[in-house]
Parts: sequence; C-alpha cells; structure tokens
Amino acid sequence: MNRFRFQRSQLCIPYGLFLVCFVLAPLVVIIYYAFTNGQGQFTFENLTGFFSSPNTIGTLAYSLGIAVSTTCVCLLLAYPIAYILARSKMKHKAVILMVFVMPMWINFTLRITALKEILTVIEGNLAYHPFLNTLIGMTYDFLPFMILPIYTTLLKLDNSLLEAAADLGADTIQTFLKVTFPLSIPGIISGIVMVFLPSMTNYVVLDMLYNSTYIMGSLIGAYFSAYDWHNGSMIALILLVIILVFTLFTNRYSDEDAGSSRGGVLG
Amino acid sequence: MEKSRIILGLAATSALCFFSGQTIYAGEEEPIVLRVCSWEEYIDLGEWDAEETIELDNGTVIYGENPLYEDFEDWYRETYGREVRVEYSCFGTNEDLYNQLNMGDTYDLVCPSEYMIMKLIAEDKLIPYSDNFYDQKNTNNFYIRNVSPYIQKTLEMNQINGKSWSQYAAGYMWGITGVLYNPALVTEEEAATWEIFGNPKFNRQITLKDNVRDSYFAALGILKADELTDETLLHAANYSEQLADAMNDVRPETIAQAQELLNQLMDNVYSLETDSGKADMITGKIVANYQWSGDAVYAMDQADEDDFELRFAVPKESTNLWFDGWVMLKNGICEDTDKQHAAEAFVNFMSRTDNAVRNMYYIGYTSSIAGNAQDNTIYEYMKWCYGAEDEEEDIMDYPVGYFFSGDNSDKNYVLQSASSQIGRQLYSQYPPQEIIERAAIMRYFDADANKAINQMWINVRCFNIADVPMGIWIALLVVLLVLVWMRFRKSSSKMLHL
Repeated sequence: MNRFRFQRSQLCIPYGLFLVCFVLAPLVVIIYYAFTNGQGQFTFENLTGFFSSPNTIGTLAYSLGIAVSTTCVCLLLAYPIAYILARSKMKHKAVILMVFVMPMWINFTLRITALKEILTVIEGNLAYHPFLNTLIGMTYDFLPFMILPIYTTLLKLDNSLLEAAADLGADTIQTFLKVTFPLSIPGIISGIVMVFLPSMTNYVVLDMLYNSTYIMGSLIGAYFSAYDWHNGSMIALILLVIILVFTLFTNRYSDEDAGSSRGGVLG
Repeated sequence: MEKSRIILGLAATSALCFFSGQTIYAGEEEPIVLRVCSWEEYIDLGEWDAEETIELDNGTVIYGENPLYEDFEDWYRETYGREVRVEYSCFGTNEDLYNQLNMGDTYDLVCPSEYMIMKLIAEDKLIPYSDNFYDQKNTNNFYIRNVSPYIQKTLEMNQINGKSWSQYAAGYMWGITGVLYNPALVTEEEAATWEIFGNPKFNRQITLKDNVRDSYFAALGILKADELTDETLLHAANYSEQLADAMNDVRPETIAQAQELLNQLMDNVYSLETDSGKADMITGKIVANYQWSGDAVYAMDQADEDDFELRFAVPKESTNLWFDGWVMLKNGICEDTDKQHAAEAFVNFMSRTDNAVRNMYYIGYTSSIAGNAQDNTIYEYMKWCYGAEDEEEDIMDYPVGYFFSGDNSDKNYVLQSASSQIGRQLYSQYPPQEIIERAAIMRYFDADANKAINQMWINVRCFNIADVPMGIWIALLVVLLVLVWMRFRKSSSKMLHL
C-alpha cells in the first residue's frame, strides 16, 4: 500500500546535497588553497605570512575595531528601545517596532547612499572621519538585527518573576539588574552574533562611505583579483576560525548564564 | 524504494533540461554558437528613441533598433548564408575575466585591455587572426579597411615574445588617462600634472583610481617628473622608447618609493574610486579626479546639462594610453574553422563604420575605427558632435590626421571647431597629437613584478598595526584587566557558595 512512503531521514537528502555541494566542497577547496603555494606544494607560509606582516595584522585589528565598536554602539542604542517597547503597555507597540525594523525593507545600497548625502551635509567633507562614518554606516545597517532578538526575549519575560522580585523587596533597579537583564542575555548574545560577524567583513559600507582602508573582506578580494588564491583562502580560513571560536564562546556563555540565572531565580 | 529513486532521477533530469535552456533545432544544419564576453555596457543595445537618429552630412543615417549582436546574426545569415547564434555575456574587470577563463568558463571572443591581451598572448591562450582577415580587397573585411592607422601602428609596434599584438588583437575602444577638474576652483596648470594628487591645496578634495595599475602610473609620473619633463629626453630620438621604459619601471627600489609616495597621497586624497568620482565631481564633493578620457567625456556631458563646467587636463609628464581589443581564445575556438570565421566576422561587423558610430554614441568612448578615403562616416560623426556652428565666432583648426590617415598635416582631416573645445569633450575623445606623443602604454608585468606591485598596493591599502594610537592599547589593556578581574571574582564567589 505505502510503496512510495519516504522514511523521515530521506527528507534530509535535498539539504544534504546542498550542504555537500555548496558548503563542504568549497571549504575543502579553501583549505587546499590556504595550505599550498603557487606550485601546488604544501606550505605554512600563507599562515605565518599573515601573522608576521604588520599590514595584514593591522587589517585584522582594524576589522575587529570596527566590529567591536559597531556591536557596542548597536547594543547601547538597541537595549533601551527594546526594553521600553517590550515592557510598555502601549497600544500600538507593533507599529513602533515596525518603524525600527522598516529600514531593513529598503535596499541596503540605497540606504547607505542616502546616509552618505546626509553625512556630507553634516560633516562637509567625509574624508576627514572615515572610521566614524563607517561606524555610523554599520550601526545604521545592523541596528534592527540587535533590536529584534532583544525585544523578543524581553517580551517573553514572565511578569510573575518581576512581581516576585518586588514582593521580596527588590526595587526597580535591583529587579532590572538581578532579574530582567540576566534573563535577556540570550537575546543580547544572538544580537551580538548577528551584528559582530557581518560587520567584520561588510566592506561595501566602507567603499560607499569613502573609507579606503581594507578590512578582512576587501583584503580577500584584493588577493583574489591579484590571482593570489592562496593568501586569499588563508585569510578566509582565518576569518572562519575566528568566527568559530567566537560562536563557541558565545554559545557556552549564553547557556551557562541562562542556566545559572534561572537557577538563581527559581532556587 | 527503487522506484522512488528512479522518479527522483527523472525529475532531476527534466529539471536540468528545462533550466539549461537548450533549444533543439530541427533544421539540417546546426547554428554556429559564438560565445562573446565583453565589458558591461560596452556594446550598443539598440532601442533608441526616434529623435536620437543621427543624420550625418555624408547621407548616412544611423539608428540603433536592436542590440548590435542581434543585428550581427541577421547580417551573417544574409552575407554568408549560415545561422549563427551569439551568446553575449559581460565581465567586470580584466582580472575577473582572467579568473573566469582559468576556472573553465570558455568563451570564443573576448575584449580585454592591452595588458591582459599581452598576458594572454604570453600564456599562449590566443589564436592569431587568419590571413583572410587582413585582406584589404575583401569588402567584408571592415576591420582592416577601417581601423585607424595610428591604432594599427601601435598594435604592430608592440610585441611580446617576438609576436606583435596586431596578429592576435583587433582594436575596439581606446583612450588616455588624465585629470577631470572643476575650472572654478582648479587652474589648468594645477590640473595638468600628476602632482595634483599630492597638492595640499586640494587636501581631501581629489580622488585617485581604486586599482593598482592606474595609481602606480600616477605615482611614477610624480616620482619621475623631473626626468620626464627634461628637455633632452623630450628631444631624444628614441623618446617614446625611453618614455615607455620609464613608465614601466618595476624595479624593487622604484616600487618601494611608489609605496611611500602612495601612502602620503592617501593622506591627501578624498578617496579611491572606480565609478563614483564622476557623480562626486558633478555634485561638487570633489574638485578634481583621476579619470579615463571616455568617462571624462561622460561626466562633462552630464555636468553641461546642469550648466556646470568640468574640464579635462592631461598631465604634462606622461599619460597612459590604453585600449581594449577583440581576441579569439584557443580553448573556445578549438580549431573549429566555422567558428573562427564567425568570430572574425563579428569583429568585422563591429568595425563597420555605422556600427562603430552606434557603439561610440552608446558607450561614449573613442572607437579604434577611423574609416577610409571612401567612407568618412566616423569623421562626419566627429564633425556632427564637435564641428563649429555657423554663428560661432571663435573657431580653431583642430588637426586629427594622425588618427584618420596617419599624417597629422593631412588637410582632409582638420576639424573646424569652437576654440572652447580645448580641454573639453573633443580634446578628451580625440586628443591632439602633441598629447598622444607623450602617451605610454603600461605593459603586463612578469609574475614577480606583478606580485610585487600587487603586494605594494595591499600594503598601501591596509591599516598598519604600528599606527594604532598608544591610548587605544592602554584602553584595551584596562578592559582586559577588568574582564579578568570580574571573571576571577565571579568564580571565587561561586566557590564560597559551595
């Protein structure tokens, strides 16, 4: 009767194929290129070269600098907004949230072009503040990605926990520091992940806002267009390792904290 | 189980057939498929408005209805009685094209710039044009009959590994590099030198090009300014050879000097750009920018519409002569004589004077096609664009014989144009001969030199770790200490609880 019945695991085949063709295979190619030289011989030179040149290390530092500052600014801007929105009893919360998320619906290059004109009006000449402009551009671009997860976590926060805290004598500030904030950490973490990683490589923002300094993404492009697949792949790999370490760290941190704070409240 | 696999397979196959877009022809003779790859927006795509029709004084009427490559298919069928289908695609940079070719994207006919043509010749990736292609008597050989003697001479004189470029490449568009400037704020004297990019008067108001070859050329122009403007060099018998050598200097010490210089320039320029400079000139964000002659014409045209004047100056030290040319790829043609014939016919069709005008009108660059004594369409088009109006008072003689007949004193090619065209569109599109004499071709550099200048460029563009201010290091250290301290406090308090 059920001759055509699929086993549930067979449903994974399409994605499995996708994974092998477009994720695993390219990764193997990247690793191959990263550890070979122009003659196809195995070498560590690309790796040691990256960490011994003041320019490539400088690029890594510059990218990290942009990513860290973008993340901090986004967090500082997003948290109060998300908190107010989630905790208030306003009627049209959804509308206000939409206003914050709406920029995401408009094409990204168009937004940055508009921003460029606005900044030119304010600053006069964009070339004097390349880092600041990049920071503003990145923040503008990634802010919704920080607001949304924090907002969702805060929205799910159980009101009875806050009441319990108040019953036990905690004032508003204490309630926020000991209950609300620890419980919103998972949202913060996912916001950070969504902002930090792309802002390390999104060189389009720099290009469009006239910041001519390379970041990791543009450096890979520069090596590739110079036919140097080996150094380019090595940088891609280094970036991958950084992201991997970062993700492992944040995962552990969020689990641990979520667990301990829940334990703290319940226990 | 087995059956479901078969169904899946069938579904996949039919999907493949559907998406690959292969049409199955019922006819007895399959069409020749010609895969052409060129720059974006580098061929007339037709769809002109009726009022765009160009009527020249020699009676030629030019109007682009369909894309030129579709017109070619019709022309080929009518002329040679065979079906040909052109698969037209585009590339973004020479390096992208080269990477595509290496990754196995096979084309038959491509249109890279001169240095990439050199590289492809050196790597034996091209096939030479057939003898028939150079036969002046064949009336369908538009290229050899119409090409500018100046361009053809340049192609013949330049060789790599003993092979002259003219065997492998047919010129398409050409131009020079210079400085586009706003005459209200920059004088011609200030603009007509590469040193403008280091001029503190225009601090953060000029842009350089975002590619190593153009920027390196400008750097060489500044480094060798004294040598290049020296009277003894200018009057030397082998001036052009010496000039070419100077502008292709890739000795390690020169590259090191260029890096130092470019680092200084980076602190003076507004930014590096590829495309945005034209708009930024018009909106007044910048007052001067490194520009290719064709884009300069475009920017001046756009600015004219807003009643805003821009001008083009060619640096006195030297200018970079560049051109793009059609070359046939060995991997694509695969000794298929029919295909080679179609590829050569495509180049010829593009070189027909009316088609060259269509391309020039659409792209804004200067075609390598000049026409001949019987067919003066190109010269007439130039007159149509820049010829003096009757009521014009200030008229000059503008000789362009070097391009059209190879002799600049040729009376047939002296254009009567408004004097104001000096430093404007005509001057950029067909520079006068004294400027052409200072033009140098930038060659393809060998693997080591190429690697060195690319590394030099990366060093210029990267942030140097040594430039991190001391304050930031201290702040980082403080943050780190605080984090460690917090971590330590947390774990010790946990220990206490236990």
